[in-house]
Amino acid sequence: MLMADVTLRKVIKRYDDVEAVRGIDLDIADHEFVVLVGPSGCGKSTTLRMIAGLEDITDGDIMIGGDVVNDVPPKDRDIAMVFQNYALYPHMTVAENMSFGLRLKRYPKAEIKTRIDEAARMLDIAELVDRKPKQLSGGQRQRVAMGRAIVRNPKVFLFDEPLSNLDAKLRVQMRIEIKKVHQKVRTTTVYVTHDQVEAMTLADRVVVMNHGRIEQIGTPNELYHNPATRFVAGFIGSPAMNFVPCRLEDVAGKLHIRLTDRVAFPLPADRAARYQGIPRNEKLLLGLRPEHIAEAKAHPEPGVEAFDSVLDVTEPMGMETFVYFTLEGAQICGRVSPNAGARDGSPFRLAVDLNNMHLLNEVTGAVL
Amino acid sequence: MTSTVVIDKAAPTRAARYGSMSRDRTWALRWSYFFLTLFAIFSLVPPLYMLITSLKSSAEISAATNPWWVFHPTLENYVGLLTSNQFLTFFRNSALVSILVVTITMLISVPAAFALARMRFWGSATLATGVFLTYLIPDSLLFLPLFKMFAVFGDLTGIQLINKWYVLVIVYPTLTVPFCTWIMIGYFASIPKELDEAAIIDGASWFQTLTRIFIPVALPGLIAATIFAFTVSWAQFLYPLVFTTATDQLVLPVGIITTLIKGDVFNWGQIMTGALLGAAPPLIIYAFLMDYYIAGLTAGATKG
Repeated sequence: MLMADVTLRKVIKRYDDVEAVRGIDLDIADHEFVVLVGPSGCGKSTTLRMIAGLEDITDGDIMIGGDVVNDVPPKDRDIAMVFQNYALYPHMTVAENMSFGLRLKRYPKAEIKTRIDEAARMLDIAELVDRKPKQLSGGQRQRVAMGRAIVRNPKVFLFDEPLSNLDAKLRVQMRIEIKKVHQKVRTTTVYVTHDQVEAMTLADRVVVMNHGRIEQIGTPNELYHNPATRFVAGFIGSPAMNFVPCRLEDVAGKLHIRLTDRVAFPLPADRAARYQGIPRNEKLLLGLRPEHIAEAKAHPEPGVEAFDSVLDVTEPMGMETFVYFTLEGAQICGRVSPNAGARDGSPFRLAVDLNNMHLLNEVTGAVL
Repeated sequence: MTSTVVIDKAAPTRAARYGSMSRDRTWALRWSYFFLTLFAIFSLVPPLYMLITSLKSSAEISAATNPWWVFHPTLENYVGLLTSNQFLTFFRNSALVSILVVTITMLISVPAAFALARMRFWGSATLATGVFLTYLIPDSLLFLPLFKMFAVFGDLTGIQLINKWYVLVIVYPTLTVPFCTWIMIGYFASIPKELDEAAIIDGASWFQTLTRIFIPVALPGLIAATIFAFTVSWAQFLYPLVFTTATDQLVLPVGIITTLIKGDVFNWGQIMTGALLGAAPPLIIYAFLMDYYIAGLTAGATKG
């Protein structure tokens, strides 16, 4: 089996006066499933299209399997791509769609048939091979588009927001399907999405992009628990992380974090040690995920600090209830048990788990 | 290929209540039927009159009888024309010119449209507009310079193209190519970009993308362009009138009026028959292709 690692070195894409991608370094290992995620216009699709060869790169190098492919046309890069709107050939049957690439390369008929049968079985579309795309549902079309990629047996799969045209339920189903396929064929995959849930669930490693740059690369858990920047912290996780302006303060020889004139919490010992060196007048942000703001318990663990709030809105989700309240003008979201008795507009005692807090520089956005 | 008629089984089965909505609709329908009927009469009377006259003998045409009725139907005009070598030569010339022009037009405008619509190169947008602008120049302005060009060409090379039927094969594409290219640019532009990107990644060359993806997907547009090119070359009058004069080089529209009108003697019966026979091929082609054309349009060729 050929090595199919993908490497990007200082890749830049400049359109007339806009820099869409501003110097990207990325190493994707053989068999790895990497997801590029970010808001629209962050350069993730452009990056994918440059790997595919559909866009020229302005500067830098792209390597597939160790070879520089900057000037190699798409067909010789040994890649397959799945598009957002499926891009099936409307005048061909499913089988013809899937075999188009192989027929152009003059594969023997028997070989083509074996590959189509195999892919169709894997994707559960065996009974659809004689239909035209217009006779298929959205999910089925997406399967065919994946089948077209699989039969080529390429070095790299490229997915460009493949699920965004599907309804929510189907999207979850196809997400699992894609993961299953990757577990079977183990082809190196680069997957672009704007949906952080998709990114978290599918990826071996997630690449968070913003304004044409990579913000952070890491496993889903790394990004969730140790975000490097305010952007990543706010982008990954739903509902998003809360940010409260704050500063550090020494009270009776212990390091405290002061949120408002009335609200200040002592920091847990390990956190206090970590943040000791930060100037006390520095403008900071406290980052706390909703699940770390819960109802106060009678016997709190160390590092969990209770405070009183008045709830603006509650959102019962069944398994949990999200509560929203205002602190110093910022809207904060917490997550409490559905049995905790949270009501719209009622006072409620909450507790923050400072063992899981993040402290950010308000100006640079860096996580400290 | 047949078109499918979709019967809306969900049509109301209960008795319709005549509210204001349906009353509006009824009146809208009545008006549209009224104008459609008016238009149908307006456009069908001339061919009907042609048919009636073509079935009369010269004597009956000049006699003071009801012009809308045939008292002694005869096929002598049809027999006369169809056994006349001259008429068959016109027909052959027209057919040859039209078929060659359609072929040449398609061979030029389809690749041109593909290039202009997809292969974004420097100045392609300007060029596309330029192609359309050339179509806006009326042929009545162009025939003099064109004639001069062919005359000069004849003087320089000794190859006389004027007064040969095949000069029309060179002249007509100046009318058909710009328009057909423009139509095809529109059709090609409506094909989603991802489709050719998928083809490129599948390993198709530009040419294979055109022949195996674009042409089949844009077939309705291709047929529309073909019909247009055929109609233009079949019915063109000014250019053949100017460029050809020898009787054996004439095409149908010019041939009929130059040979069947002798001085001030109008052979009405044969003129009408000739015009009717001349109108037949486009009619047949429309009838045959229209079915296919509509079927293609409704097939939901692109993403749906």
